[in-house]
Amino acid sequence: MPEDNEAVPVGAPEKTIPLGEEAPSATPEVRPLLRVEGLVKHFPITKGLLRRQVGAVHAVDDISFDVRPGETLGVVGESGCGKSTMGRLVTRLLEPTGGTIEFEGRDISHLGVGGMRPMRRDIQMIFQDPYSSLNPRHTVGTIVGAPFRLQGITPDGGVKKEVQRLLGLVGLNPEHYNRYPHEFSGGQRQRIGIARALALKPKLVIADEPVSALDVSIQAQVVNLLDDLQDELGLTYVIIAHDLSVIRHVSDRIAVMYLGKIVELTDRRSLYGAPMHPYTKALLSAVPVPDPRRRAQRERILLKGDVPSPISPPSGCRFHTRCWKATEVCRTDEPVLTALRTGHQVACHHPEPVESPGEAAA
Amino acid sequence: MFAYIVRRLFAVIVMLLVVTLVTFFIFFTIPKLTGADPAAMYVGKQADPETIEGIRQKLGLSDPVLVQFWHFVSGIFAGRDYTGGGTVDHCPAPCFGYSFRTEQAVWPILTDRLPPTLALAGGACVIWLLLGVTAGVVSALKRGTKIDRGAMMTALAGVSLPIYFTALLLLALFKYKLGWTSSEYVDFADDPAGWFGGLILPWVALAFLYAAMYARLTRATMMEVLGEDYIRTARAKGLTERMVIGKHAMRSTMTPIATILGMDLGALVGSAILTESAFNLPGLGQAAVTAINNRDLPIILGVVLIAATAVVVANLVVDLLYAVIDPRVRLS
Amino acid sequence: MTTTPEPAVDMAKEPPGGRAYLDVRDLRIHFPTDDGVVKSVDGLSFKLEKGRTLGIVGESGSGKSVSSLGIMGLHTVGQYGRRKARISGEIWLDGKELLTADPDEVRRLRGREMAMIFQDPLSAMHPYFTIGAQIAEAYRIHHDTDKKTARKRAVELLDRVGIPQPDRRVDDYPHQFSGGMRQRAMIAMALVNNPALLIADEPTTALDVTVQAQILDLIRDLQKEFGSAVVIITHDLGVVAELADDILVMYGGRCVERGPAEQVFYEPQHPYTWGLLGSMPRIDRDQTERLIPVKGSPPSLINVPPGCAFSPRCPYADVPGEGITRTERPELRPVAGEKSRGHVAACHMTQEDRTRIWTEEIAPKL
Repeated sequence: MPEDNEAVPVGAPEKTIPLGEEAPSATPEVRPLLRVEGLVKHFPITKGLLRRQVGAVHAVDDISFDVRPGETLGVVGESGCGKSTMGRLVTRLLEPTGGTIEFEGRDISHLGVGGMRPMRRDIQMIFQDPYSSLNPRHTVGTIVGAPFRLQGITPDGGVKKEVQRLLGLVGLNPEHYNRYPHEFSGGQRQRIGIARALALKPKLVIADEPVSALDVSIQAQVVNLLDDLQDELGLTYVIIAHDLSVIRHVSDRIAVMYLGKIVELTDRRSLYGAPMHPYTKALLSAVPVPDPRRRAQRERILLKGDVPSPISPPSGCRFHTRCWKATEVCRTDEPVLTALRTGHQVACHHPEPVESPGEAAA
Repeated sequence: MFAYIVRRLFAVIVMLLVVTLVTFFIFFTIPKLTGADPAAMYVGKQADPETIEGIRQKLGLSDPVLVQFWHFVSGIFAGRDYTGGGTVDHCPAPCFGYSFRTEQAVWPILTDRLPPTLALAGGACVIWLLLGVTAGVVSALKRGTKIDRGAMMTALAGVSLPIYFTALLLLALFKYKLGWTSSEYVDFADDPAGWFGGLILPWVALAFLYAAMYARLTRATMMEVLGEDYIRTARAKGLTERMVIGKHAMRSTMTPIATILGMDLGALVGSAILTESAFNLPGLGQAAVTAINNRDLPIILGVVLIAATAVVVANLVVDLLYAVIDPRVRLS
Repeated sequence: MTTTPEPAVDMAKEPPGGRAYLDVRDLRIHFPTDDGVVKSVDGLSFKLEKGRTLGIVGESGSGKSVSSLGIMGLHTVGQYGRRKARISGEIWLDGKELLTADPDEVRRLRGREMAMIFQDPLSAMHPYFTIGAQIAEAYRIHHDTDKKTARKRAVELLDRVGIPQPDRRVDDYPHQFSGGMRQRAMIAMALVNNPALLIADEPTTALDVTVQAQILDLIRDLQKEFGSAVVIITHDLGVVAELADDILVMYGGRCVERGPAEQVFYEPQHPYTWGLLGSMPRIDRDQTERLIPVKGSPPSLINVPPGCAFSPRCPYADVPGEGITRTERPELRPVAGEKSRGHVAACHMTQEDRTRIWTEEIAPKL
């Protein structure tokens, strides 16, 4: 097995095949915007007369990754894999149990509310539910202008003008400044949420299931909007979603999570073209393909059972209870997330053979 | 689950101790601060200072409050001896002291007064459940119809009319005008028919108020339940409407009603004062009113403690009952 | 829906017998509200034979769920006692017309002849009764048996849908099951009386991908085994592509396109279908281009746009000529072509225009 669990794809093991074409992984010198190292979040469970802590929900369990400026990191996994908790940790809406979160080289892992306030300008979050994340009693102008008030900033030309500019930016009518959230459709509400997130010109935007509550035709509008805004404003995204098709469309690199761990982390093409973790493989094969002719030909890996409880995750590799390749070592030893190829990190004792994605290896 | 029950029982005991302490403090210390003397109150108006002093010694009223409290609490469990003036009076457990007014032991007075109150609460409860739940269910099923509006108007009247008003109205009509009932309370053992006749008007008066509240609660809950997905599933299975409502919807509707019922019954033990006064029922509430008028502190204290116990125990029963009703609570 | 040669629309009344197993004609379900009449379903027709699967695709508010509830006679649920929903048209199930039938007769068909699976199995099961009791109840209402037999039947069905240790899990409550197992139990409940028609309303939307794959597989296997007719309602084109023989696309309470699955995917005729295909990120191909969203939002079902309901959002609304799309409602017309049997679309454009736009403008970008 190659060496240590290394979050930065610097110094990949020699025996791996160099990969030429995929740019993001080939430029490791860029200083990451966000660096997460050994991040842990356990939610305690108490029981009995004295409310002793009898266990913990291992929501996020020792994960490490980098996000480089200007890229989109997709985080994908099934419910209970810890992806949303991870998002809340990075935006510091939750206090991590362990590990470090560095933003632009600064450790923000344990900053208090006051210490985080200046950071909130740079790190913003977009939520899943466009219905409950907007206060129904506030006008759109108040909602989108709130970050200015909270940060005590007056933008050039005044708050109102800036809010109207933002509304225009996300494709809403600036005249609707005085309307209330219920007067908008689901897709428009999500645009309001995006405008609010962008108000302070953040560097990093964490989007937790930004389109999963929307209808297909609206979903595409919002996906395209996120795309355009990234180009226009040079944003860096971490997009958390359960939908592998959406993740494929929006991400440069993708982290696959299972039961609080990252099991595979690589660029889009490698992940979808040549997944190396059995879980990723099963996940991809399970996605229904909108193509009736492919129905007969595809081989589908059907996983048995459900995701185990994160309260007592399986020993060794957490996926071994559902994995068709599992052997004794999987039950006892936890596989380490290792770069098996340049920029392709996998945590598995029996990864799929290394091959070049798409075209044959050079 | 066991740990939960133990924890809850422990909380009940602590709660009752606190209630006792607070009540005790209010009734035995505050009068002192205002210049009133419990010992003088006990003895009566025309007493010479020696007698008062003797009583003070005998009742231990000059001891520090906490010591008095300790005597009081231990008296409840172990009985208590009053020594003074050369005599020893033994008050067997549970000892709540002696009435200032009649010099009788408090506990037998209270136990005498309990049956009418329980009969009032129990009987009214049967009536209001039958009326309230039926009206609520029918209203929910016939939402927006004349039946619904009529029932809800009546319920609104029931909730808003003060009980003494309904009581006087009932008395005026059925007792004085029509002469159908006697409205005198007699023991069940002596004369069951008379017992029933004496209680029917109080039952109706009290039940009217509660039936109104329960009808509104039932209607609201039932309407919410009828919108649930599992009701649609029940219909999709091909169940008859009677089974859908009677089994699936009622099961869910009864859960909040059972919860509220437990607490209402508990509270009623100490709070049927108005009904009991209006109908001259010799219950706990009436005992409390008389005691307050007479400044008969030990009886007031006794009633408060019984009422508090009833409320706290009812709450505990409701919580445990909830675990029986709702399997989701049972297992987590 | 069958692949009968005649255009499957607007047929005059024909005698019963010889008609499809499920034959829905001009179904309309309107809900009067304070703001106006919500026309959830407004003239829907389709046919479905036993052993076939029809996928109904549409976005929220397209009327796809309401129409399936209408078939089951459950469209008033949730509106209990309010102003009554108005339903018209014809629903023929195995030669019986359901809308004019005695309600108790329809009730007896529910759960036995036609059964339904819902989206969220947690809320669709009664929280206070055990899984076994709920399945057994569905069996006993239609069979004159004792509790023991019904319970045995419940265990048998749980075993068939793949619940491990069914004889033990039968006494569990719904909240003790995981999401996937709950949906399996829900399917067991629907199948307990061997229904000939199974309607699945977004059966996998609340589930994770790997579990979704298991459930879709299960539905497919069960259909083969029982030979039932299946209606699957979903917003996910991937799911219909996996299961459906025929596809019906709904928009604004009406059917805009209907046909064999391959035809609808490979030669879609309606601009809304194009929009759905273009908006969908694909996992099976590398998309270099941006998604092609449909502009605007779905219509209000109270004020459905006049003419073609899709015209305000349609990029090709002016192709058929001055204003006709905004004044005249397009009828479902058969698509000409060898493979296009049973393929119909409601669009004012000529078939030549549609074929040209699809092959030249849309298909290359997908």
